[in-house]
Amino acid sequence: MALVIFIVLSVLCVAAVVAMIVSRNQAHNALFLVLAFACLGGVFGLLDAPFVAAAQVLVYAGAIMVLFLFAIMMFNLRQPFPPEKKRARVILAAVLALVLLAELVLAGGRALGGGSTAGIPADGAIADLGRLLFTDYLYAFEITSLLIVAALVGALALAGKKESE
Amino acid sequence: MARYFWLIPLLPGASAFVLLLFGRRLARRWVAWQASASVFLSFTLTVAALAKLTAAGGGAAPLSKTLLSWIVSGSFSASVAFAFDEIAAVMAVVVTGVGFLIHVYSTAYMADDRAHFRYFAFLNLFTFFMLVLVMASDIVLMFVGWEGVGLCSYLLIGFWFDRPAASKAGLKAFLVNRVGDAAFIIGILFLLANVGSSSFAAINAAPGSGLLAPGLVTLAAILLFVGATGKSAQIPLYIWLPDAMEGPTPVSALIHAATMVTAGVYMVCRLSGLYAASITASAVVAWVGAITAVFAATIALVQNDIKRVLAYSTISQIGYMFIGCGVGAYAAGIFHLVTHAFFKSLLFLAAGSLIHALGGEQDMRRMGGLKKPLPVTFPVFLVGALAISGIPFLSGFFSKDAILTSAFAGGHHVLYGLGLAGAVLTAFYMFRLVYMTFYGEEKASCEPGAHPHEPPRAMTIPLVILAVLSALSGLIGLPVLFGDRANLIGRFLGNAFGSAAHHLAPSTEAVLVVAATLSALLGIGLAFRFYRRFPDAPARLSRRFPAIYRLLAGKYYVDEAYDAALVRPIIRGSEWVHRHFDLKVVDGALNGSAAAAGLAGKGLNILQSGLLRDYALAFLMGAVFFLGFLLL
Amino acid sequence: MIPPAAFFVLAVVLFVLGIVAFFVKKDLLTQFMAVEIMLNAGNLALLALAKAPGRADAQALVLFVITVAAAEAVIGLAIIVLVFRQRKSIRTDDLKDLKG
Repeated sequence: MALVIFIVLSVLCVAAVVAMIVSRNQAHNALFLVLAFACLGGVFGLLDAPFVAAAQVLVYAGAIMVLFLFAIMMFNLRQPFPPEKKRARVILAAVLALVLLAELVLAGGRALGGGSTAGIPADGAIADLGRLLFTDYLYAFEITSLLIVAALVGALALAGKKESE
Repeated sequence: MARYFWLIPLLPGASAFVLLLFGRRLARRWVAWQASASVFLSFTLTVAALAKLTAAGGGAAPLSKTLLSWIVSGSFSASVAFAFDEIAAVMAVVVTGVGFLIHVYSTAYMADDRAHFRYFAFLNLFTFFMLVLVMASDIVLMFVGWEGVGLCSYLLIGFWFDRPAASKAGLKAFLVNRVGDAAFIIGILFLLANVGSSSFAAINAAPGSGLLAPGLVTLAAILLFVGATGKSAQIPLYIWLPDAMEGPTPVSALIHAATMVTAGVYMVCRLSGLYAASITASAVVAWVGAITAVFAATIALVQNDIKRVLAYSTISQIGYMFIGCGVGAYAAGIFHLVTHAFFKSLLFLAAGSLIHALGGEQDMRRMGGLKKPLPVTFPVFLVGALAISGIPFLSGFFSKDAILTSAFAGGHHVLYGLGLAGAVLTAFYMFRLVYMTFYGEEKASCEPGAHPHEPPRAMTIPLVILAVLSALSGLIGLPVLFGDRANLIGRFLGNAFGSAAHHLAPSTEAVLVVAATLSALLGIGLAFRFYRRFPDAPARLSRRFPAIYRLLAGKYYVDEAYDAALVRPIIRGSEWVHRHFDLKVVDGALNGSAAAAGLAGKGLNILQSGLLRDYALAFLMGAVFFLGFLLL
Repeated sequence: MIPPAAFFVLAVVLFVLGIVAFFVKKDLLTQFMAVEIMLNAGNLALLALAKAPGRADAQALVLFVITVAAAEAVIGLAIIVLVFRQRKSIRTDDLKDLKG
């Protein structure tokens, strides 16, 4: 059963990304990505990481991509961009990317033995995660909240309109 | 106080150092005082050390002190070490004593010069190197001093470097010396390779102990002597000394009469073990000396510049010293070195005072009748002239006699004959000088209203002291006629040389003494005839024998021969090398590498397109290759 | 049971697709989106490979990555906005100031 869900989700995810590559419309790109991230959230769930799955959907698909959409709307660009004139560069990049794919698969193959995805039972996972966050990774946790505040202030300082304009 | 003998070279050296660094800012009187005082202190130490040596008597070990270990290379080591034995003592007395007098003289002579401090700095520096030379206990340190005095000679000859003649003369002196030094270095290397040590003791003992094959002994001795012909201005490398007269006259007196040019003689005497062991080498030394003595004397006969006459006279007299060394009479050679230092520097300084009085005139044809206006210079000059001519009981008589007697006693009759001929010529050209300068009518033209006058006391007092020494210093080396114990210097130096003195029957020796005196008188008489009684006789003679006159006046055209055979081809060769190697290869390589760097830069510039995409592509490529490298 | 290799392959495919997207697209904004894809692929790989019974470290790490990615996206977008205001264009090819 899990396998079926996995296959569906992964196919959907990849399709969405490919569609994003092909499409020339910026808003379409963003929306395809939302779909892709949502699928990924599902996959995270399959990996017995429910909290992370929820965070992925909420933060990535929900917040970050919305930000992107806002930016797109702000730029308000009418005409789509013409495709890359110099094919050579694209082809070179594609070739290299394929090589990279092969390499990574190879590397992964060596790293993994087989093994199963038996891990923490799903309902115990969040408790474990919570415990970790507030004991071993407490500093990191607090600092990331600072980081978010810094990003907020930074964004305001950088892009906020001046009163005189 | 004799314990501090090793300070003897270092005091003038320190003074030179101070003057070179700070002299520009010091007052003139202080500079002169400091320079002279340092040499005087060295003189005092020298006398103290000398006293200690004489008190110790014969056979005592010389004073020695090692200052620092200098070269340690494999099995060879050399240190900076000074040794004060009898030979060094005599030389040091001459260098510091005469040196001090010349420093005092210079305080007045160079008083108005622009580069006053530089002169005294170099003079001190020269004194330092010369003392290192004579007090070195091994041949390598001596060579340091040898080169150092050559350098100072160059610096002082070309002291007035804005005069082209002076700077050319300095360069000539340095280059000619370099040729000699090349042979010298090769000689040193032969010795070092075979003897294994650079100390004089080892080298002198080497022929006897079998470390040096006879052929090598001769070879090394001759090579070293070639170096000596350069430094001591003998044939074939004497050509720089007449030109060196472009330097200030006190420099000519100190360096080119009393001290540096005698370094070659000192070297031969120092290595007497080597030269005594090789008959061939000693013969070379003696014959070169004899031929040079006569050769230079003939040139001096027709020179008109007063300093040139004295220069050729110096070349000739050093030839006598080498005759002495060549026949094994090393003590006699040194004896003549000492007396020559006194009367030749006297003659030079007196000439300087004369030139100074005439406002710079050096041509004798424009001089005359200076006997009355110069009541101090004339008598001292006369004493010097009599001394060098070998008039009895003055110093030159005894020293020259010692050499000629040894030559005769050793069976070298031809050498003796040459020496005697040279004595006649010496007396002749010296008194030609005296008559042309001091007698006759006053031809000198000086500034309107000014008459020739005596120089200040700082110049005249050293003259008088030197005159006294020239007159009396013969007493330290009285010939056998007066008894065996009378030859003080011979016995003193005998401790260092160890070779037996020649013994002649007193009657033979008396004959030789008379012969020497007669030759001197003959020379003076001829000069009198030609330059006093019949003043136009020289002109008539030169008209009758024009070819000979031109040959002598043109110095046998040796300079011109060297120039055509050696100098010009070398210059042309250098220019060729410059054009084809310097400009094309060296500059080409340099410019080429610069161009290559530029091309590489331009090539690499293509990578910097400024486009984000290209940089990302580079990332990707790097990642791919890196992963691939790790995987494979 | 789903083998971890499957998840890993998915992650790799997504990563490479992200790279391709980066090179195909010409405007800064979409290229930034491609970077986000790559980040996510990395997260997936992390979770897939670092699974261990009783420990949720990978999850914590992924959580942090998501958070930081969010902050980074904010700043990145702010910069792109600034660039747009300056140049009136977000075509990557127009930003050639590093040339030379």
